[in-house]
Amino acid sequence: MNTTAAELSKVPQLANGFRFQWEPAQDSHVILYPEGMKVLSGSAAEIMQLCDGTRSIEKIVAALEEKFPEAELQQDVLDFFAGAAQEGWINV
Amino acid sequence: MSEPSAPLWLLAELTYKCPLQCPYCSNPVDFAKSSGVELDTDQWIRVLREGRELGAAQLGLSGGEPIVRKDLELIVAEAHKLGYYTNLITSGIGMSTDRVASLKQAGLDHIQVSFQASSSELNNWIAGTDSFEHKIEMAKAVKANGFPMVLCFVTHRENIEQVDDILQLATRLDADYVELATTQYYGWAFLNRDVLMPTREQLTKAEAAVNRFRDEKINDAMKIFYVIPDYYEDRPKPCMSGWGSLFMLVTPDGTALPCHSARQLPGIEFPNVKDMSMGEIWKRSDAFNKFRGFDWMQEPCRSCSEKEKDFGGCRCQAYMLTGNAAATDPVCDKSPDRHIVDAAIEKSAVTTSAAKPMVFRNAKNSKILNDRLGPGSR
Ligand code: SF4
Ligand code: SF4
Repeated sequence: MNTTAAELSKVPQLANGFRFQWEPAQDSHVILYPEGMKVLSGSAAEIMQLCDGTRSIEKIVAALEEKFPEAELQQDVLDFFAGAAQEGWINV
Repeated sequence: MSEPSAPLWLLAELTYKCPLQCPYCSNPVDFAKSSGVELDTDQWIRVLREGRELGAAQLGLSGGEPIVRKDLELIVAEAHKLGYYTNLITSGIGMSTDRVASLKQAGLDHIQVSFQASSSELNNWIAGTDSFEHKIEMAKAVKANGFPMVLCFVTHRENIEQVDDILQLATRLDADYVELATTQYYGWAFLNRDVLMPTREQLTKAEAAVNRFRDEKINDAMKIFYVIPDYYEDRPKPCMSGWGSLFMLVTPDGTALPCHSARQLPGIEFPNVKDMSMGEIWKRSDAFNKFRGFDWMQEPCRSCSEKEKDFGGCRCQAYMLTGNAAATDPVCDKSPDRHIVDAAIEKSAVTTSAAKPMVFRNAKNSKILNDRLGPGSR
């Protein structure tokens, strides 16, 4: 398996203590964690709505591409999860 | 004026009761004067509901020691239902393994356990009680129940040289975050400032210890928040990200405040949640509008290019040090009052705790101080 394939087969999950939810006052989805909040962009929220601890990154990409057929999303989704893992709120 | 932003952070001080006696406690020095009447469960639940409607997302449950409240689980359960991220800020004393579990069940998201030091002896002296072993037990119970855990160490002259040990202890207890918060001089800490303030040398060493720990990647999984003391800075902290901007605190008796120590500011009547809705308080009350925005500022802040960065610093610090709550925070080196801060640093350097014993936070001392200060002295 090459590295991209290995990455795609991983199943990302919110790290312990982090919560993803819709905040009406922010008009956005957010990540809540001890004493803090991160407001997500629209595209980040689309990805996170599919991140449920059972879907692999590959499945998430497929589901997104079904919803947004004109887009080429694989790299963006991989980068998103790599960034979130780096920041510590996603385990992959 | 445009509508204010949402109070993202709601801090509920459920009670002033606390079995500990930390000499840097941020509770008002005259807490014993308050009648001891606390909001009941239903009143707190109404506060939470209205706060949530205003857009509050983070809820801190603190005190005193919040675990003293028998209805804590009920309050947590309601907060959870409302969609808050709930943070319990506790000393661990009065807590039991059973209650950690029942709080988990109620939907509590996170627990912050405070320690007074990394050694039992010093911890117990500062806390004024034999509490260290129990804290260790409770920290373990917090982790065993799957909570993310913050360990908070308020640092000062007496414990700041323990930074290495503190980070080791936090690692052993598997803390997710450790907060090294240099004492801020409000409440009891202001009273004890001369004997709490670390020296510059101590701070430099502490910072080096933190950096070493980070650089050597001794425990990468643990995040360290290192809060430096503003007296040694030349710019003030952006206190509360601005008055009435993100933060709202409700005291045990229902008084709503824009920060921990605002109640001491003269000429401001702080509203009570028993008389007004949270929305009215946040949006319309004179108290919350008093230092909102920039119109209240005096020089040098008024025409300063940095005012959107630090909001002129802390109103309480300005008041406590200069007597004028609208003055530039004297920590700022552009303030004509900076010499007051420098004098405080110098005075602390020559004051030993033998010459000026630490005043511990307890009801007895609070009553004495209240009598000495006299009525209307806040
Ligand atoms: S700072 Fe110490 S005395 Fe004050 S409430 Fe917290 S544990 Fe109690
Ligand atoms: S003068 Fe006021 S606004 Fe300017 S840096 Fe100092 S405190 Fe901040």
